[in-house]
Amino acid sequence: MEFGLNKEQEMMRNTIREFALNEIEPIAAEIDENATFPVDTVKKLGELGFMGMTVAKEYGGAGMDDVSYAIAVEEISRVCASHGVTVSVNNSLVCWPINKYGTEEQKQKYLIPLARGQKLGCFGLTEPNAGTDASGQATIAEKKGDKWVINGSKIFITNGANADVAVIFAMTDKSKGTRGISAFIIENTFPGFSLGTIEKKMGIRGSCTAELVFENMEVPEENMLGKEGRGFGIAMSTLDGGRIGIAAQALGIAQAAMDASVQYAKEREQFRKPLAKFQAIQWFLADMATEIDAARMLVYKAAFDKWQKKPYTVSAAMAKLFASDICMNATRNAIQIHGGYGYIKDYAVERFYRDAKITEIYEGTSEVQKMVISGALLK
Amino acid sequence: MNIIVCIKQVPDTTDVKIDPKTGTLIRDGVPSIVNPDDKHAVEEALRLKEKFGGKVTALCMGPPQADDALREVSAMGVDDLILLSDRAFAGADTWATSYALGMAIGKIEYDLVICGREAIDGDTAQIGPQLAGCLDIPQITYVKNVEMGDGKILCERALEDGYEKIEASLPALITVISDLNKPRYPSVGGIVEAYREKEVKVWNAEFIGADQELLGLKGSPTEVRKTFAPEPKGDGEILQGSTDEMAKQLVTKLVDKNILR
Ligand SMILES: Cc1cc2nc3c(=O)[nH]c(=O)nc-3n(C[C@H](O)[C@H](O)[C@H](O)COP(=O)(O)OP(=O)(O)OC[C@H]3O[C@@H](n4cnc5c(N)ncnc54)[C@H](O)[C@@H]3O)c2cc1C
Ligand SMILES: Cc1cc2nc3c(=O)[nH]c(=O)nc-3n(C[C@H](O)[C@H](O)[C@H](O)COP(=O)(O)OP(=O)(O)OC[C@H]3O[C@@H](n4cnc5c(N)ncnc54)[C@H](O)[C@@H]3O)c2cc1C
Repeated sequence: MEFGLNKEQEMMRNTIREFALNEIEPIAAEIDENATFPVDTVKKLGELGFMGMTVAKEYGGAGMDDVSYAIAVEEISRVCASHGVTVSVNNSLVCWPINKYGTEEQKQKYLIPLARGQKLGCFGLTEPNAGTDASGQATIAEKKGDKWVINGSKIFITNGANADVAVIFAMTDKSKGTRGISAFIIENTFPGFSLGTIEKKMGIRGSCTAELVFENMEVPEENMLGKEGRGFGIAMSTLDGGRIGIAAQALGIAQAAMDASVQYAKEREQFRKPLAKFQAIQWFLADMATEIDAARMLVYKAAFDKWQKKPYTVSAAMAKLFASDICMNATRNAIQIHGGYGYIKDYAVERFYRDAKITEIYEGTSEVQKMVISGALLK
Repeated sequence: MNIIVCIKQVPDTTDVKIDPKTGTLIRDGVPSIVNPDDKHAVEEALRLKEKFGGKVTALCMGPPQADDALREVSAMGVDDLILLSDRAFAGADTWATSYALGMAIGKIEYDLVICGREAIDGDTAQIGPQLAGCLDIPQITYVKNVEMGDGKILCERALEDGYEKIEASLPALITVISDLNKPRYPSVGGIVEAYREKEVKVWNAEFIGADQELLGLKGSPTEVRKTFAPEPKGDGEILQGSTDEMAKQLVTKLVDKNILR
C-alpha cells in the first residue's frame, strides 16, 4: 500500500500551489466582494492545461491522472473556491462527458478548445422544477428536419454567463420518462439561446451562476451527445466524476480554514497567552486536522478509483458527503477561533464559511449522496 | 540559437534551519527546489528560443536527486536535460564546479550560456564569471535586460545606482537577476511530458574528459576551516527624546564608533 504522491503529482501540486498563491489569492477577496468572474486567471489556468487535465493529449488535454486533478481543485479552492468550481465544472462536467460520449467530430470541434481553455464550458441539467429530481425535465427538444428545436430553461448554471459551450439535457420523448431524456452540446451563439437571471449568491460569488433560456433554439442534429434517450444516464455518470471535483473543493476550503486558524491561534493573545495555549482551541484544531485528513483520503481514493477504472460512484458520493460536511465544521470553528474578527470581512475565514455551504448542495445534495451510498448497500 | 542554462538544485532556504552545534544546514526534510535565479535564466532562454528558434539545454551538476530540478525546467519548456553526476565531483568548491561545468559545455554546441546570478545556498555568485573564464568567452553579469541580433548580445547590467549597457559578441555567458523577467509556470502537459517522455542524460567525469585532479575535493583550492552561525546581534538601542536630541545622540554614537569623523 502506498500513500505518497508520485513525482508527477508532486510537481503538479507544487506548481498549482504556487500559481494559486501568486495569481489567485491576491484577487480572491475582491472577486468575492464584487461578484466578478475572474476572466484573466481562468484564461491563464487554461493556458497551463488546468481546464482539461485528464483529457488525452490528442484532444487538447494533458493526459494527467484523476488524483492530480483532485489535488489541483483542492489547491485552487484553498485560496479561492470560486476558481475551484470554475475549473471543476469545465473538467468534470463538460470535457469529461464529451470525451466519454462524444463523436470524433464533436471532440475535434468542442473538446480540443475546451480542454485547452480556449473555450469555457457549462453543464445545464437543473430546472426550476427539476432539482434533486432531475428526471422532471420540462425542457423539450423536437426534431425538425436535420435540426433539434429546443424550448425551456436551465437555472443555477455554473459558468453560465461566461461559457461558450454547454452540455444540456432535454426531453426528446416525454412518454418514455427518464429514457426520453437526451443530451446536447450547444453554443451560446445558437439562434434562440439567451441568458436569463444571473443569481446573487451567499458564497462562491466569483463563480457565475446563470439561467440559460432556450426559445426555439436550433441545434444541428450532429450536436446530440450520445444516443437519443440516453441523456439521463450521461448526466448521472457525469455527476459521479463531478462529485470528486466538488469533494476536492470542500477539502481545499477546509484546509484553508484550518491553516488560517492555526496561524491566528498562535498570534492572538488573551489572558496574556496565545489562544493556542487554551485547550478548547487545541481541541478545535485537532478535530479539524483529523477530519481533513480523513476527507483527503476519501477524496484521493475516489479519484484513484476513477483513475484505475474501478467503479467510483459510491466512493465519489462518500467523498463528497464527508468532505462537504467536515468543511462546514472546519469553517464554522475557524470563525469561532477567530472570534469577532472571524465575522469581519477583513479575515478570509468569513469568506470560507460562506463558500463552504454550497458544497453540500450542488452536484447532488448530501441527502442525494446518502441515497447513492445506501442504494448501493441495499440493492 | 542554441542556449545552455546552468541550473542548480538547492534546499528551499525559506524554511531552512541551522544546527546550532555543528553550524551546518539541517537538510533533512527540507524540500529541494530549482535555484530561484536559475528560473529567470530558463525563462530568458525560452523567450530567446521563441524569438530566434533553436534549442535550450539545461545543465545541472549535482547528485542523482537533481533529476527533479531538470524535469521541472523541462516542464517549463526546456528541450534537453543533462545531469553531471559522479562521485568524483563531490566536495567541489566553486572553482572545481566551474571547471566541471565548463568541460561539459565543451561537449555541446552553443551560442549563449545563461547562469543565475547566485545560488541561494552557496551565495557566492562566482560560478558564472569563473565558467566564462574556463570557456574563454565574454561575460556580462547582473543582467536585467537582453537584446540580441547580428551575432551579438546587448544587455543592461544592473548596478547599485543605475545600469550599464554592455555589448558582447556570441558565444557569450550572462548571469541574470530576478528583475529580468517573470518565470513561467510549468504546464500540466509539460509536467506529464517531463516524467513520461523526457530523458535526463547523465554525464560522468570520464565522459566530459575532465582531469580527475581538477575535480571535487582534490580540485578545490578552498579549504573550509570552520563553519558557524553568526551570533545573534542582540537588542538594538532605542534613542529617546525630541528629534533634535535623538539626532545629536546618534551623531555622538557614530563618531564614537569611528563611523563618522
Ligand atoms: C451556486 C449553484 C451552482 C449550481 N450549478 C449548477 C450547474 O452548473 N448545473 C446544474 O445543472 N445545476 C447546478 N446547480 C443546481 C444544484 O445542483 C441544485 O440546486 C441541487 O441539485 C438541488 O436541487 P434544488 O435546488 O432544486 O433543491 P430541491 O431538489 O428542491 O431540494 C430541496 C431539499 O430537499 C431535499 N430532497 C429533495 N428530494 C429528496 C428526497 N427524495 N429525499 C430526501 N431529501 C430530498 C434536498 O436534499 C434538499 O435538501 C447549482 C446550484 C447552485 C446553488
Ligand atoms: C569551500 C567549499 C567547499 C564546498 N564543499 C562542498 C561539498 O562538499 N559538497 C557540496 O555539495 N557542495 C560543496 N560546496 C558548494 C559548492 O561548491 C557550490 O555550491 C557550487 O560551487 C556553486 O556555488 P554557489 O552555490 O555559490 O553558486 P553561485 O556561484 O552563487 O551560482 C551562480 C549560478 O551558477 C550556476 N550554478 C551553480 N552551481 C551549479 C551547479 N552545481 N550546476 C549547474 N549550475 C550551477 C547557476 O546558474 C547559479 O545560479 C562547497 C563550496 C565551497 C566554497
